[in-house]
Amino acid sequence: MQLTRTQTARVHSRRSLTDVQIQVLFIAPTIILLVLWNIFPLFYSLYLSFTEFSVIKPDVPPAWIGLQNYNKLLSDPRIWQYFTLTGRYVVTTVALQAIVGFGLALFLRERFKGSGLITTLILIPIMMSPVVIGLFWKLIYNPAFGIFNYLIGYSVPNSGPDWLGEGSRALWAIIIVDVWMWSPFVMLLCLSGLKAIPDYLYEAAAIDRASPWFQFWRITLPQVAPLLLIAILFRTIEAFKTFDLVMGLTGGGPGDATELIAVHLYRAAFTRFTTGESSALAYIILVIVIAVSNLYVRSLNRIRGENH
Amino acid sequence: MAVSTTSAPITYATRVDKVGARYQFTRALRIAVVVLYATISLIPVFWMVTAAFKSRPDVVAIPPKVFFTPTIEGFISLLTKRVLLPPGMMEEYKQRTDLNFAERIMAERGQRITGPSQYGQRLLNSVIVASASTVLSVLLGVLAAYAFSRFNVPGKGDLLFFILSTRMLPPVVVTIPIFLMYQQLRLYDTHLGLILLYTVFNLSFAVWLLKGFIDEIPREYEEAALVDGYSRLQAFRKVVLPQAITGIAATFVFCLIFAWNEYAFALMLTSERARTAPPSIPTVLGTGGIEWSAIAAGTLGFLVPVIIVTFALRDYLLRGVTFGALRK
Repeated sequence: MQLTRTQTARVHSRRSLTDVQIQVLFIAPTIILLVLWNIFPLFYSLYLSFTEFSVIKPDVPPAWIGLQNYNKLLSDPRIWQYFTLTGRYVVTTVALQAIVGFGLALFLRERFKGSGLITTLILIPIMMSPVVIGLFWKLIYNPAFGIFNYLIGYSVPNSGPDWLGEGSRALWAIIIVDVWMWSPFVMLLCLSGLKAIPDYLYEAAAIDRASPWFQFWRITLPQVAPLLLIAILFRTIEAFKTFDLVMGLTGGGPGDATELIAVHLYRAAFTRFTTGESSALAYIILVIVIAVSNLYVRSLNRIRGENH
Repeated sequence: MAVSTTSAPITYATRVDKVGARYQFTRALRIAVVVLYATISLIPVFWMVTAAFKSRPDVVAIPPKVFFTPTIEGFISLLTKRVLLPPGMMEEYKQRTDLNFAERIMAERGQRITGPSQYGQRLLNSVIVASASTVLSVLLGVLAAYAFSRFNVPGKGDLLFFILSTRMLPPVVVTIPIFLMYQQLRLYDTHLGLILLYTVFNLSFAVWLLKGFIDEIPREYEEAALVDGYSRLQAFRKVVLPQAITGIAATFVFCLIFAWNEYAFALMLTSERARTAPPSIPTVLGTGGIEWSAIAAGTLGFLVPVIIVTFALRDYLLRGVTFGALRK
């Protein structure tokens, strides 16, 4: 029996789902997974942060101790020291990445022969695993047989600085690797921003004989600013969480010279197993990350508002 | 014509500020700087690749060796477990005729191979976890993105923001409760546990990125298909999915890179059975001291798959970044 087109349609609609059913079916799995794996743990660790508990003593149930964990953490000078260290690290590394990345994007915006290949080559560090990179740079930084000191001009073995052995240098060693790894990311975002600037703005500026300096400050920078800020936001959040790289490179040492806050949290939670206290620390970190992201998002919105 | 001496071809569209010696000079300078940066930034990568093929003395040679005789010692140490031969037995062992290629190389270093190492298993775990979670997050992501893009879902703005905000959480914050939860659910040290976790962490990103792409596809295509008697699902499968393939590929690359390289969760939520490669490469320690060539070999073996995939999908990658950032 031959069906007409309308009949086929009716058969389909009877057998197939309504739009509402599709919405539920398509969205529900995502929401359920996110709630189970993010929201539930978040509340659970909030509860744990008010208790005395250790995961290696599962027989001892969490004992409610109120704000004691927070009190203890916030009055511990070492915690403040780790936070200041992390702050210094984040500001320095993100600022350098923004400068290097934006500079590279400016240089790469006009296509030349082989520019695609160069862009791809510059992006290679992003694809690598941070912990492995950290480990490998350990070899590169080695004062005796590493190439880093040779490349910066110390040709006699062991005459150059021991990058990972001295407290203040070790932080710079991490910053150098982080900048090497993530500047290309800033570059990529800025590049896509630069390519979206309409040509007529520059044409008009050229006709008015505006200087390149003027063009940069009045056209290029304001137009790229939103994307540059997004890149900086992503990088700030990530830098605050830096863990893999440090674990590979210094493991927090020498002493606790590079014990960034995420590394400290790992040590508290998974080597000392002070679960309740670490949950409280995790919450303090979370609040700071949210506050910083909020600041960024606000300034981003302000810049966007000016552009429109 | 006075300006025809410059090398750039002059057309009507050529801007006045883009001809002349000064422009040519700055252009050359720009290219030089970029090429120099690329070269410097590739030195560590080059050093790692060569270290994988260096012998043990060569990799820690003072001063560092750029030219060396390549060997696959590093790969053998990576893939095997070995014991040191006692000095007395060394000569006798070397004389044996039943040694295979790898055993002979290690015998030169005074070591006897006792069996395969765990690296192969760990790499396999990485492949299983990364591919399964990537496929899952792209699949769920494309469904949710389609629904958010096409329908007036109640509370859409809030839901989308909720999805994005989960990406802002530092992983360490949720690790402790997830660790406890996994022990209760017996998901600790299982493939499924890691797969689900990576899926969730990629999902927010996947939804946002894919929604940008699907928004770009004109609704008229689907509406025409609906008029022609397709059901919603059929229209989605046969009209929307093929059009969204660029976005799907871009999302795929990003999710894959994250899942492939993830370290913190794998370190804290696995121990033996499901442990992936990133937390195990640092523990490739040999008999006496760090085996740099084995670590380099492990890193190389670990890097190659992701470079191949990224290179195959590189055009999508660039587009993916543009869309993800520009579309809000």
